[in-house]
Amino acid sequence: MPSSSSPDWAAIERTPEFRALIRAKRAFVIPASLFFVIYYFALPILVGYWPDLMSTRVIGRINLAYLFALSQFVMAWMLMAAYVRRARVFDRMVDGLVQRHGGHPR
Amino acid sequence: MSVSLSMFLLFVLVTLAITYWASRRTGTTTEFYSAGRRITGFQNGWAVAGDYMSAASFLGIAGLIAFYGYDGFMYSVGWLVAYLTVLLLVAEPLRNTGRFTMADVLAFRLRRPVVRMVAALSTLTVSLFYMVAQMVGAGSIVSLLVPGIGFNAAIVGVGILMLVYVIFGGMLATTWVQIVKAVLLMSGTILLSVLVLARYDFSIVAFFDAVGGVTGSFCADGTARAGVCPDGTAPIVRDFTQPGLYYHGRWGALSLISLGIALIFGTAGLPHILVRFYTVPSAKAARTSVVWAMILIGAFYIMTTFLGFGAATLVGKANIGTLSGGRLVPNQNLAAPLLAREVGGEWFLSFVAAIAFATILAVVAGLTIAASAAFAHDIWFNVVKRQREDEREQVMVARITAAFIGMLSIGLAIALRTLNVAFLVGLAFAVAASANVPAILLTLYWRRFNTTGMIAGMLTGLVSAVVLIVIGPSVMGIDAPGLAVRHLIQRDPLFPLDNPALVSVPLGFLAAVLGTLAGAAEGRDDVPFSELNVRANTGLGSV
Repeated sequence: MPSSSSPDWAAIERTPEFRALIRAKRAFVIPASLFFVIYYFALPILVGYWPDLMSTRVIGRINLAYLFALSQFVMAWMLMAAYVRRARVFDRMVDGLVQRHGGHPR
Repeated sequence: MSVSLSMFLLFVLVTLAITYWASRRTGTTTEFYSAGRRITGFQNGWAVAGDYMSAASFLGIAGLIAFYGYDGFMYSVGWLVAYLTVLLLVAEPLRNTGRFTMADVLAFRLRRPVVRMVAALSTLTVSLFYMVAQMVGAGSIVSLLVPGIGFNAAIVGVGILMLVYVIFGGMLATTWVQIVKAVLLMSGTILLSVLVLARYDFSIVAFFDAVGGVTGSFCADGTARAGVCPDGTAPIVRDFTQPGLYYHGRWGALSLISLGIALIFGTAGLPHILVRFYTVPSAKAARTSVVWAMILIGAFYIMTTFLGFGAATLVGKANIGTLSGGRLVPNQNLAAPLLAREVGGEWFLSFVAAIAFATILAVVAGLTIAASAAFAHDIWFNVVKRQREDEREQVMVARITAAFIGMLSIGLAIALRTLNVAFLVGLAFAVAASANVPAILLTLYWRRFNTTGMIAGMLTGLVSAVVLIVIGPSVMGIDAPGLAVRHLIQRDPLFPLDNPALVSVPLGFLAAVLGTLAGAAEGRDDVPFSELNVRANTGLGSV
């Protein structure tokens, strides 16, 4: 049972502000997660099933397999940066919500 | 006194000084488990990196690449991408809803003691497997690198030091040991990479030309004997820039995919990593921690290219091992240390040996604190004492638990010293991915998830991961006589993949969903999903 001092969580959950926050988060997190999972698993699939194709040399003896593996690092860092930028928007939405619905962050 | 011994002692002195300083700031449960939540996001990023980059990543990946070329690099990729799961889905809601342990989040909605018990059991399993693997590694590495210290002495030494950090200094000491270790590991790795590249006039193309000159061979099925494969054909030759020297044949591609699943989902279920996010003041700081951790971990894993391939070209697979009776016994763990000697001499070898030692200590300390929290906070305080106990007593229980877990892992490591326990790290990741991650994700994001689903999912994930490993090629296999390190069961494996995640992760999710549907009649959550949802996303009411 919620005590008298704790907020009415169900009511906050129903507010337009909270629903907008969840929508905004989903709109980023779901596509981003799908993207990185697909991009990541392309590597073991390509390397595992088509090792000869992935051995194609690109610069000197640096091949597709190594460059694709390296691109995973770039992908992870870029997605991280994109999330951090996007999360500033979420933070602002949360700040507004907390002010309006008078949380008591202990 | 040898150089490496003096470097070990220096590290020990510094970390003991940290522990003394931390011990005066460690009295309450929040201080003991979570360093008073006063670690900054930047500091915690270094600590996460220090907690995560174990001996398996430093010595293990370098060795895998040195022996099998490109395929070893697949671990490096997976271990960074894994942090996207942590960043996008887990770190912030976890920080907002939990206090000390992974079970705090799992038991947030579902308050029945059985949920906490199962979550604690899974935490203890993952941490103990991981710890034993690290301790056995510590024994072999320290005894090889520091002449005069035996295997058992090394394990006991590592065990006692880790216990001193944890028991006296709690999470604060553990955090700073991890930060110091991460700084050492990063600087050692950068130096090693630069020295390797210097041999090729800082030309990456020239470096890869040399790597392409190293070759290995394999048979499509089975092992070659006297240069001929079991089916009578000649072995297939590949150079080290090409994939396939480790993962090939009928199950090669599926093994790679299965490993990938364990790596990128397992990290988000490793309790000793998750509890690090409770040491910062807010979810925003937890996010900053992941960002710094990803920068450090990514940079480190890219440099494993130079460590591993450098050892392959400059030292050579045929020279990586220990001399025993005039014969070289291959040992992958020595690739990085021997490379250090090749490019930087004895002094650098000692430095790298000291880093390996620091690496193991920092990781086992983190594991011990996560495991002792799982017992003292989850099982003792929440289930046995039903939350009726004072702070001092709980910290006392946590310290006693840490001592017990430490001694247990010392004993297990000594008992298992002749067995190949590298699979225990894989097992820890597989259990984390199959039991913990479905439970964490579904409790955070699925309104209908219930106790039956939680228990079914966690137990199915845990049991299937353990069973498939036990009947797989990590544990079952027929060794040629005379090998120093042997399989536990000398029979042909019943399951073809050495990592079970391809099967056990879907099973864990499936059981969680089916359990939830089957238990739909059990009624409402003990705490409504709306409370979790609001608190996880806003930080309202967080500690």
